This record gives sequence, structure tokens and C-alpha cells, in this order.
Amino acid sequence: MRGSLLRKNILTALLLAPATLWLVVFLVLPFIAIAIFSVGERAPEGGYQAALTFAQYANLPARATAFWNTMVLAPVGALACLFVAYPVAYYLALRAPQRWRLILLALIVIPFWTSLLMRTYAWMYILGGRGIPALLAYVGIEDLRLINTPGAVLLGIVYGYLPLMILPIYVSLERLDRRLLEASADLGATPLSTFIGVTLRLSLPGVMTGFSLVMILLLGEYLIPTLLGGGKVFFIGNALVDLFLQSRNWPFGSAIAITLVLVSVVVLIVANRISTRLSGARRVDLI
Amino acid sequence: MSKSYRDGLPISPEKFVDQLMRLKRGSIGRREFLGLTGLGVATAVMARELGIMPAPAFAAESLGDRMSIATWPNYHDPQTFENFKAETGVAVEVNVFGSNEEMLAKLQAGGSGWSLFVPTNYTISTYKKLGIIEALDMAKLGNFDGSQEDARFTAEGTIDGTIYAVPKNWGTTGFAVNTKKLAKPMSSWKEFWDTAMAEGDGRAMVHDYQLTTIGNALKYYGYSFNSLKQDELAKAEELLLKVKPHLFAVSSDYQPGMRAGDAWMTMCWTNDGAQLHRDIPEIAYVLGKEGGEIWTDFYAIPKDAPNKPAGYALLNYLMNPKVAVKEHLANGAPSTDARVNALLPKEVLDNPILYPAADLLKPLEFGAAATLTDPGRAELMARFKSA
Repeated sequence: MRGSLLRKNILTALLLAPATLWLVVFLVLPFIAIAIFSVGERAPEGGYQAALTFAQYANLPARATAFWNTMVLAPVGALACLFVAYPVAYYLALRAPQRWRLILLALIVIPFWTSLLMRTYAWMYILGGRGIPALLAYVGIEDLRLINTPGAVLLGIVYGYLPLMILPIYVSLERLDRRLLEASADLGATPLSTFIGVTLRLSLPGVMTGFSLVMILLLGEYLIPTLLGGGKVFFIGNALVDLFLQSRNWPFGSAIAITLVLVSVVVLIVANRISTRLSGARRVDLI
Repeated sequence: MSKSYRDGLPISPEKFVDQLMRLKRGSIGRREFLGLTGLGVATAVMARELGIMPAPAFAAESLGDRMSIATWPNYHDPQTFENFKAETGVAVEVNVFGSNEEMLAKLQAGGSGWSLFVPTNYTISTYKKLGIIEALDMAKLGNFDGSQEDARFTAEGTIDGTIYAVPKNWGTTGFAVNTKKLAKPMSSWKEFWDTAMAEGDGRAMVHDYQLTTIGNALKYYGYSFNSLKQDELAKAEELLLKVKPHLFAVSSDYQPGMRAGDAWMTMCWTNDGAQLHRDIPEIAYVLGKEGGEIWTDFYAIPKDAPNKPAGYALLNYLMNPKVAVKEHLANGAPSTDARVNALLPKEVLDNPILYPAADLLKPLEFGAAATLTDPGRAELMARFKSA
């Protein structure tokens, strides 16, 4: 009895070892390093100099605009993704012919095999003056500027993160018990109230998963606004890149990074709470 | 008939690396792109780890069989390294970087593995202060001839009479204008900034780099490019904040916008100016008559270079005017060496973008180390970008 328990524990430890080691080396240790950096000082030539001060945290208001822009971009971008993704996921899970489903899913996933950076660079050329505006000029719509506009940034974000939103929603809709829909109809509900009361409600865990996934990634986003927005709007991601790679103020950058991580954790917890409550107190794991 | 695993392969390892490098040099392979991605480092590391770096035909005993150099994209004639390998047996691994700050970070962390690298003038004193580079052993650089160099360019590599770095090439920071869209002739930074808020509304670009963007805003008022004075910087900030809503972009990757016709005017470095003008003749390159930046990229050898003999050998090879002239033809930047200028074709020397008139060069300033590392300017830039 005890022997088998021990064996079970050893087996568990062995199974968890690779992931634990990975997390310790690539997540916990770096996190400790930036926590230490964040209470340090910038060396005169840049970089880090040992100290114990909260001056970096006191200086956070200097990046208030960046925080604010990020806090707006992340939910708005995630919402835009949601509105585009839900109908697609709905069609895939409930309407698409069975034999097409796999192919359609593959088509959604395939772009992921190319780096987001490459795909965003492609959009830079598509939206640039020799791309879509040049085509539109043929049909008489002249001097249209698409690149470096808020619309271009939104398009880039929706395009880049769409699969992350579609897949969790698809999974939750796919598991939906069709008999519930029939029961709802039998009991006299209109298609709309069936959708709101049954389909949407039961897919909420997927929605929340997709929403928090996209939102958390957007909290650190800087490439898409830089490439498609012309770098005119400053996000936390941009602030971090500048502090680490340009002005080499590692302590201040570290303080911002720590703050960003804390904000992300809060977002995750809140999203998890909402999702648990909405789906009828069932515990839902986010991933 | 000998059988090798290479027979029948769709592509040889050398070919593959060639293709990869060509892709990297393609129209999006610029500093900004590499800076954003670290792709330059990634490809270099991959080439090494996958064992697809071509093995040398023979290994010279004292030089080893490989070395690595850290440099900028589109900055060398690839044939130079091939020829060096053929002569010495040393294969050169090229690491391309997006900014001086990244190079510095890598060297400061140690174990960069570079035996030669290409820092810009304003970083050399910092490298020396941090003990990252060593004084060059000039006895090993017989091909370098200080008397043939323009002293203005060698000065930045010499600290207290000791040579720490020798110049590779120089250049300027001016602005490029699409003269079809903005026909009014311009010759000053004042006109650049004023036009950006008027005829060029929504069409002007400034660098995503505090040194040049703040420096050229200071020039609007005739202040020094390197000013660290509070009141002067406050004036520059006022101008920058006023211009910000009118800009097309804040980005150092300005070629795509200029080529597509979305941007009409941009802050611009010599090489880019020459390339834009070569491909699109209506794009002119202007140096502000108030002054602005002049820069030199240097060669230096890190203290912890794993293969110093090869680093010196390659540096000496690159200092040979016959080799250097091909480098300049490939990367398009002007040379500091009179012996190289004597070998360059007339149309290159007569190109006013590469070799501007002396009276335009006179007011230009080298960026200073203090300017680059000043926390006040970094914060000013952050306020400008978040405005």
C-alpha cells in the first residue's frame, strides 16, 4: 500500500520534472533577475548597477500614457477579435459540413506556421501606397492612405490573433449538446433566445479563454502598432523595447515589466472569476 | 566515382546559406527589421549550429579555421569574406545587428564570440571606459596608413593618443525629399520641420532614435546637435510635440514608406539616401545648412575575442585599399581613406549624396557618447513618442 503510493509519487515527480525544470530555468529565474534589476539603478553608461531603491517604481507615472494606451488597446483589440471570431467558430462547429470541417480548421491554423512578424510585414506592403491604394486608384479612388492609421493597427491585430480566439470558442461550441438546442426549440424558444440562452451561454468558457489569451498577448504587443501604425502611438511594449535596447535603462524597464506581469495576473484572475460565474459556477480552466 | 551524401541533394549547404543571406539582404532586410527580430543573430547561430557553415579547405595553423564578426546589414561585399577564406582558410561568420546598443549589451554580457566588430563613433569611448575593447596592435595592421586617412574621421577612434578603432566608412544624416510631391527646394532643418507641419502634413517621417530626432530638432533653433542644456532641450521638445500629430511615422525603417509614395520626406542616413535616389531619381537627399550629424563606423577588436589573430588578419585584409574599394562599391558609403578614394570611379566621387560639398560638411557634428547615454534625452524621446 505505502509502496504503491511512493511509486505513484515518484512517477508524478518524474512526469512533472521536465516542465518544472523548464519553468524554473526560463520563467522563475529570469523573473527573479528582473525583480532584482527593478530595485537597482541605471549605471552611468547604461545597464544595471546594484542598489536597493524603489525609485524605478516611483518613476512609473513617466510611462502612464503607455500604460493607458495599452489598457485601451488590449480589450478593444480582443473585442474586435471576438466579434470576427465568434461567427466563424459558430459556423465551423455547428453549420459547416462534417467533411469540410477539418480542411477549414487547417486553413485557420496554417498561417500560424509563418512568423507573425513576416505576416505583419506583408500587411505593411499590402496596405502601403503600392498595394491596395494603387489598386483602388485604378477604379478612381485616389490618394487613399491606409498604412499608419488606427484602422491598419486594428486590422493587423485581428488578423494576427484571430486563430487564438476562434479555436477555444470552436472547441466549446463543438462540445455543445445538440439535444439542448432541440429541447429549447421544443419548449417554444425563438432561435434568437435559444442562441442567447443556450448556445452563447454554454460557449462562454471558450469566449473567456480566447478573450484572455488575446488580451494578455496584446498587453505586451508592440510590433503591430510599430509596423502598421508608424510607431506614433506608444505602448508598454514599445516602452520596454526602448528602455532595454535604446536607452539601456534596465532597472526602469524591469520595474515596468514587473508591473505589466502583475497587471496580466490580475486580468487572468478577473477573467477566470467572470467565466466561472457566467457558466454556472462550474470551475473552468483557462487553457 | 566517389559517392557523397551531398550527391543528389536538392540544394548544397553553401547554396542554402547563400540563398538565406540573399533573402536577408532583400528589400526588408534593414537595420530596423533585424533590430526588431534579432533575426540576424538567429540565422548566424543556426548556420553554425546546423553545421552548414562551409568548412574551410585547409586550416592555417595560427589563424584557426573560423572567426565571427558583428556588423550592420548590407554593409559588406559578401565576396570579400569568400576571398579572405580562400586566402587564409578562415571562414567568417557574419552577425548582423540592429543597433549599437544591442552590440554593447551583447559585449557587456561577455562571450559574444566576436573577433572583430563595427561600432559607430560615439560608442568607442564607452567601450574603452568599460574595458571591452583593447588598444589596436598597429604592427599587425600593415595595410592601415594613418597618413592617408582624413584626421576628422580617425580622431573618433583615438583616445589619449592610443588607437582603439580604425575607420570603415563615414556618412551623414540629412533628409530625403520626394521632389515630385514637395517641389519647393529645401536646404535646412528649419524647412524640414516647417514643411512637416504644412505641405508635408501626414507625410513626414523622423527616426525612432533620440540622437538624430532630438539633435535635428535642436538644429531648428541653431543649437548644437549634442546639446544637453535644459532650456535648449525644452525648446526642442516643444517643437517635437507640435510636429508629432502631423507626422506620417516615427520609424527608422523609412525606405518602404518613401518607395511606396506614402511618405514624402524623411530623416535619412547617407546609404539610404543614395539607394533611394538611385532607384527613384526624384527623391533628393538634403543636408541641413544649420548642420546636423556626421558619423563614422569603425572596426574594433573586443578584449575577449576568441580568435584575435584572425580578427587582426581580417582587419588588415579589409584595410587593403584594393579590398576596401569593393566594399565601398557594395555598400555605397563614402570612404575615409585617400588611397581608396583614388580607386573609386568618378561617378561615385562626384555623387553629392556620398561626397557632399565641403561647406555643407563643415557645420556637421559627430554624435557624442554623452548625448547617446543621457537619461534626460531618453525621457524626452519617450514623452515625444507617447504624445
